[in-house]
Amino acid sequence: MQRFATLLDGLLLTLSRNGKLALIADYLRETPDPDRGWALAALTGAVDFPAVKAGTVRSLMAERVDPVLWALSRDFVGDTAETASLLWPEPEPAPQGAAPTLGEIVTALSIATRASAPALLASLLDRLDTAGRYALIKFATGALRIGISARLAKVAFAQAFAVPVDEVEEYWYGQSPPYAPLFLWATGACPPPRTDLLPLFRSFMLAHPLENEVISLDDYVAEWKWDGIRVQLVHVNGETRVYSRGGDEISASFPEIAGALPFPALLDGELLVRGDQQGGEAGGAASFNALQQRLGRKTVSKAVLAEAPAFVRLYDVLIDGGEDLREQPWTSRRARLEALMPRLDPKRFDLSETIAAANMEALAEIRAGARNAAIEGVMLKHRASPYVAGRRAGLWYKWKRAPLLVDCVLMYAQRGSGKRSSFYSDFTFGCWDGDPDAGAELLPVGKAYFGFTDKELKWLDRHVRQNTVAKFGPVRETDKSLVFEVAFDSVHASKRHKSGVAMRFPRINRIRQDKPAHEADRLETLRAMVT
Amino acid sequence: MGIRVVPADAWIDPSRAVARALVTHGHADHARGGHGQTIATPATLAIMGVRYGVADGAVQACYHAPVALGGGVTATFLPAGHVLGSAQILLEYAGERVIVTGDYKRSPDLTCLPFAVTPCDLFITEATFGLPVFRHPPIADEIARLLAARAANPERCVLVGAYALGKAQRVIAELRAAGWDEPVYLHGAMETMCRLYEAQGVPLGDLRPAAGVPKAELAGAIVICPPSALNDRWSRRLPDPLTAMASGWMRVRQRARQRGVELPLVISDHADWDELTTTITEVNPAETWITHGREEALLRWCELHQRRARALALTGYEDEDD
Repeated sequence: MQRFATLLDGLLLTLSRNGKLALIADYLRETPDPDRGWALAALTGAVDFPAVKAGTVRSLMAERVDPVLWALSRDFVGDTAETASLLWPEPEPAPQGAAPTLGEIVTALSIATRASAPALLASLLDRLDTAGRYALIKFATGALRIGISARLAKVAFAQAFAVPVDEVEEYWYGQSPPYAPLFLWATGACPPPRTDLLPLFRSFMLAHPLENEVISLDDYVAEWKWDGIRVQLVHVNGETRVYSRGGDEISASFPEIAGALPFPALLDGELLVRGDQQGGEAGGAASFNALQQRLGRKTVSKAVLAEAPAFVRLYDVLIDGGEDLREQPWTSRRARLEALMPRLDPKRFDLSETIAAANMEALAEIRAGARNAAIEGVMLKHRASPYVAGRRAGLWYKWKRAPLLVDCVLMYAQRGSGKRSSFYSDFTFGCWDGDPDAGAELLPVGKAYFGFTDKELKWLDRHVRQNTVAKFGPVRETDKSLVFEVAFDSVHASKRHKSGVAMRFPRINRIRQDKPAHEADRLETLRAMVT
Repeated sequence: MGIRVVPADAWIDPSRAVARALVTHGHADHARGGHGQTIATPATLAIMGVRYGVADGAVQACYHAPVALGGGVTATFLPAGHVLGSAQILLEYAGERVIVTGDYKRSPDLTCLPFAVTPCDLFITEATFGLPVFRHPPIADEIARLLAARAANPERCVLVGAYALGKAQRVIAELRAAGWDEPVYLHGAMETMCRLYEAQGVPLGDLRPAAGVPKAELAGAIVICPPSALNDRWSRRLPDPLTAMASGWMRVRQRARQRGVELPLVISDHADWDELTTTITEVNPAETWITHGREEALLRWCELHQRRARALALTGYEDEDD
């Protein structure tokens, strides 16, 4: 456990990507099984002990620390695990014997129940020092949040054992913690695990944003970027599974999709719900909001299936029958995909059409016209591109349409967490519900915590501290004098919010110190943008 | 802007120039230049002299020697254990005893006299680290970590960010106590204050300016600079510096991360939570007032322990670099 705690602290304090990679790689090489496997699981977000929740930690602390002192400390530190690790009373007498290993912790926590977990966690915390307690709580609650992506952990694994990262991605998804077969393969002790026996997830190919690159439609093909959920459908040995972006299986939430691929294949597409928004006419797709209603449901009723039927707009085919097509150029895979379409139920599948445009200028015009169709933008795929995991320079680009903008007034601020723990960096902003000079009020329309530079963050933090008119626990109400230009991708009607609207992907585009608050936008402006 | 002593028409640690100021210690947020009369310990006056030039109307207040302020008020400066020359100020008026602590700590410091626990009726305490998450470990442990990091990185130098008055000299003195007798290299902003400490009887060993030393010679060296120079252009002259910071805030990981510090050293010149609460218990005043820092938590502690207390909203004292 001490090694894992040292690794976490090192990762937190190391800024460079190469430094982080080296720390993880060294750890994976030097730590014995199964601890290194469990650490890898923690870094990739694959650890889950249902009996231990953030609430378990909070109630343990409530028995040991005055609630007011806890709240003040938590607010300052900005992280529950760290606050608890610092406030945990040192046991007396000091514990004898070695600190628990990760393997020992896993064995104990995986058989714990909701009832037994608190006492078990407390006895483990008693055997650790501050850093160890922090690492244990992060590990047991399954939320590291230390700025390490699963991808970075896999790259580090590849680096540790000098194996190609593409192969790590390939063999990863059939395995579960503590990944003994992966370590056996990577250390050269065994052949790689088989991937053809189960409907396994393969890492998605992703796109870079198109910024200053000059590209030609002679080399690239254009497709719409649909505003749904990227999914992968895999059929092996009579079983079909549906996976979302992170490799999470969502077959149970979308049984009509899982049931609609009856032959061996691996397809890549966008999951959408029928509606008249995306694509324009009836039979097209509904907005992202409609899809959200179906996400996260463990079981789906007949009524929901009838009311909001899902379908997949197909982008690509990775495996057709038993044949792996990923090395082939996009044009060949596209031909194979088109050839597959007649075998698929048109109620459940359609083809993502390519966009015919003479050149990039013409495409830009078509893209600009796509606003009402609730399309996110345009994808540009190199005609010769193989299907490779992750983002690879020059192969695929996403070309999002320009964001919408409104001027809003800062209303409330809260401290951030993580590396912004001492800064007021979560902002709630509002628009006027009428004419501010005739007594209109501000209603909150959104929340954002990024879009500004570190320098602006410092300025905003000071602005909040100096212009606070009231405090509600950790929330500060400001004097509503500061205007933000807020950028967002789209806005939807919402019954959950008093303002009646909800923004998608809002961020602070500019701080408008020059603009008086009463000149900020009114709600009617936002309502007119609702899609 | 400070604490006003009405019957004597004087201010303690005023943030603006006043006719008559009592200054607890030499840090810039407590000691400002330009007062008509400045009453402080000899060491604090020496520090202020270096920073602002020698002012007229300086009145030396030796530790434990009462100074009559007029208006029936007597002030006695008592060691506060914060930095060289730092003092608590005991005010006596009409049979009442009030102590203004300024900044203080209780853990041992080789560079200044320890805090003197003194009974009083009203205790006005700082609360910079007034949250129970702040527990400063023994300084010897932190110095050992510094030396271990140096030994593990022979190609690099360890660059320690430390406040120029007090913290830097304490770190150097502790390094010497731990047996480090190699030269310690200094940022230019450190030199004057280190010389002053030595003149006041605090030996710091072989100190050399880092400027002008060839890069290769600094591999494996310990260099001390103000926190602001840690990630500044200045540090580019050093061989791949391992950045450390000596501060009580380093107890919180995210604070270390925000500053881009690789080796956080939890070394503070302020009382931690246990020292604050222990001090209130030992001094045992009838009433406690809590000034700059995290007042709410200490106020809550007083409430939980049935102690009369209130928070004073004093602004202008910043200890982000401590």
